[in-house]
Amino acid sequence: MIEEPFVHNESPMQRLDPRGRMVIAAAYAFVVASADSFTALFMALAVSMALIGMARLPLGAVAKRLVVVNGFILFLWVVIPVTYPGSPLLSVGPLAATWEGVRVSARITIKCNAILLAFIALVAVSPVAVLGAGLGRMRIPEKMVFLLLMTYRYLFVMETEYHRLTRSATVRGFRPSTSIHTYRTVAYLVGMLFVRASARAERVYAAMLCRGFYGRFHSLHEFSFTQKDRVWAMVMVAVLVGLGVVEWMN
Amino acid sequence: MDELSAIIDLKNIHFGYEPEKPVLTNLMFSLAQGEKVGVIGYNGSGKTTLLHIIMGLVTPASGTIRVMGKPVDSRKDFLDVRRIIGLVFQNADDQLFSPTVLEDVAFGPLNLGKSPKEARIMAMETLERLNLNGLENRITHKLSGGEKKLVSLATVLVMQPKALLLDEPTTGLDEEARARITALLNDLDISMVIVSHEYDFLAGTVQHIYSMKDGRIQFDGAAGILHAHLHRHPAVQHPNGQKGEHGEFYSA
Repeated sequence: MIEEPFVHNESPMQRLDPRGRMVIAAAYAFVVASADSFTALFMALAVSMALIGMARLPLGAVAKRLVVVNGFILFLWVVIPVTYPGSPLLSVGPLAATWEGVRVSARITIKCNAILLAFIALVAVSPVAVLGAGLGRMRIPEKMVFLLLMTYRYLFVMETEYHRLTRSATVRGFRPSTSIHTYRTVAYLVGMLFVRASARAERVYAAMLCRGFYGRFHSLHEFSFTQKDRVWAMVMVAVLVGLGVVEWMN
Repeated sequence: MDELSAIIDLKNIHFGYEPEKPVLTNLMFSLAQGEKVGVIGYNGSGKTTLLHIIMGLVTPASGTIRVMGKPVDSRKDFLDVRRIIGLVFQNADDQLFSPTVLEDVAFGPLNLGKSPKEARIMAMETLERLNLNGLENRITHKLSGGEKKLVSLATVLVMQPKALLLDEPTTGLDEEARARITALLNDLDISMVIVSHEYDFLAGTVQHIYSMKDGRIQFDGAAGILHAHLHRHPAVQHPNGQKGEHGEFYSA
């Protein structure tokens, strides 16, 4: 099941206006992505962890997400140190890892993790439907919000169809192996998945039309930007400025 | 019945998904205010297509559709139709798509321009009316089959339609859920078209039964009379001369 594991989790973070959280998250990502000094980056990582703490998220689930992303970053560690020009640190055969390459890789790793943690803490704690409604309220073009929400909606449809198909294959004794039969079956499954998901999507859309839908999502969620949100946003802006100053001084 | 007083009036409807294989040919159908009608027919006889034509989900090749006496043919006309007529889909999973029951039930009212507060109240009232209170925060795709069906009915009823179209409302439901749906439909004081395979269910809910064959629709008779003729074991369940469950005498 595609789940929103960080949503059902009462926390002071969740009570803040999602619009404020999204804006801050975006600004934070810009600042961290453009920072270069390790002092600023480590400070950012600390800020991200503080945000995770404020969102009271289960650390195991957060770690799981990080593992996935860091799996990709691992590839950078394989490639960048040996391709980046600079003074050699370690040489294995014809390849030489450079100091500069390692520093670049480390920077990317810290940036990615800091930004990811901040987004988990600030954005992933709200259901996508609420985020969509919030974006709509912030004058983000309706079509983009619609795309986001419908993509999310149909991911579920495809997932359900996928499970239905694999179940039907499994109960008839299908066990994937390295054989033409497996490849053919998987190809059929994928093909059928798209056909069925698209048919199903059409029916869902028809049902939505019948209930008066015409391209505009409304949300039961009402947004209010309270005093608490204002204080929080001001603190976060101060943190961002602080990061900027540290970066500039180094 | 004249076409202006009917809620739904279809005349000479032709439709086919492929031109050489028509699904509906010269179909005539009319639904009066307060009338409850059952439509029965084989798989592929065009029952669902008929409902989709009324809702404007598919466009007939020719023919006229009137809803509340007004001809409808443009997309904009059908936007109004969907405020007046509610369609309950055969598969509840097609109908329910919001994360929680409450949000799904509130989806229609929000589309009709109600404020979130009003929509929430309407949704809660409808759930209560259908004895579904307590379900509002449940995740829709984790409900049981019977609950899903009742919730999908709620998502349509909350829009206060003047007529209700139901596509195989009892398919895959157990006795209890079926009894609940039957009682609920009998309680509703609005026009209805129920498409079903089940005579027994139709006989317990509608006044007239039509059957679909060869792309046309024909009047079969009053539900009670048909019930007497077509019930499989009338003699066993309702001995001669005894009043049947639907208030009709059986002639078995």
